[in-house]
Amino acid sequence: MNEVLAALLAVAGGLAGGLVGVGGGVLFVPALTVFLGLSQVEGESTSLLIIGVVALVGAARQSSYGNLKLRDALVIGVLSPLGVLIGVVVANAVPERALELSFAALVLFIAYGLVRRALSQEA
Amino acid sequence: MATATRDHTLKLAAIGTLAGIFSGLFGVGGGTVIVPLLIFWLGYGERLATGTSLGAIVLIGLLGTLAQGGLYGNVHLATGLLLAIPAVLGVLAGTAIQQRIPQRAVSLLFAALLVAVAIELIIK
Repeated sequence: MNEVLAALLAVAGGLAGGLVGVGGGVLFVPALTVFLGLSQVEGESTSLLIIGVVALVGAARQSSYGNLKLRDALVIGVLSPLGVLIGVVVANAVPERALELSFAALVLFIAYGLVRRALSQEA
Repeated sequence: MATATRDHTLKLAAIGTLAGIFSGLFGVGGGTVIVPLLIFWLGYGERLATGTSLGAIVLIGLLGTLAQGGLYGNVHLATGLLLAIPAVLGVLAGTAIQQRIPQRAVSLLFAALLVAVAIELIIK
């Protein structure tokens, strides 16, 4: 039963990846930790492997539809680990709650921008 | 033209670095940051933004796997590959559906995802 629920979460994570271009880790991690018994660190690490595979298949499909700028993707992907290091340093220097609330505000602002954009577009 | 290309590359570099920073800070995936920045900053349409985001995430996922698996032995290879099977079925369905819905629907879905992320950050 747990394996079935883990597989369903994995399908949902992949679906989100295909629909909106995110990795799906938000769903893969609980599939691995809650339903398959991995520790948090093991779950987060193993989810990176699933994210890599899902993104590879998704990017290949999108490329066939003409929706991938490969050079741009490579520039973003290569520089991201640098950002992770900066983020970890900042996370240890600034109060966590303040960071979380600021990021929540920023995310809501972006969501507002996307809704405005969607409503102003032709169907 | 050369200036425009350099400007474009600098923005891409900034997006990559910012995506990494937010991952390092909050553990959210890079896509949450990459997709809206490609749309608002570089003027990408929704499908091009999500496709290019997936391309970037390939590198992020594989580099992360190598680091976590190679350096710390935290990656459960068999479990990961097994769970990747239903996940790949999901992404195949997701990309196929995305080509058949209006781009504005993609924006609205993404906005809903961001609201969920914000709620999780606020209540945790």
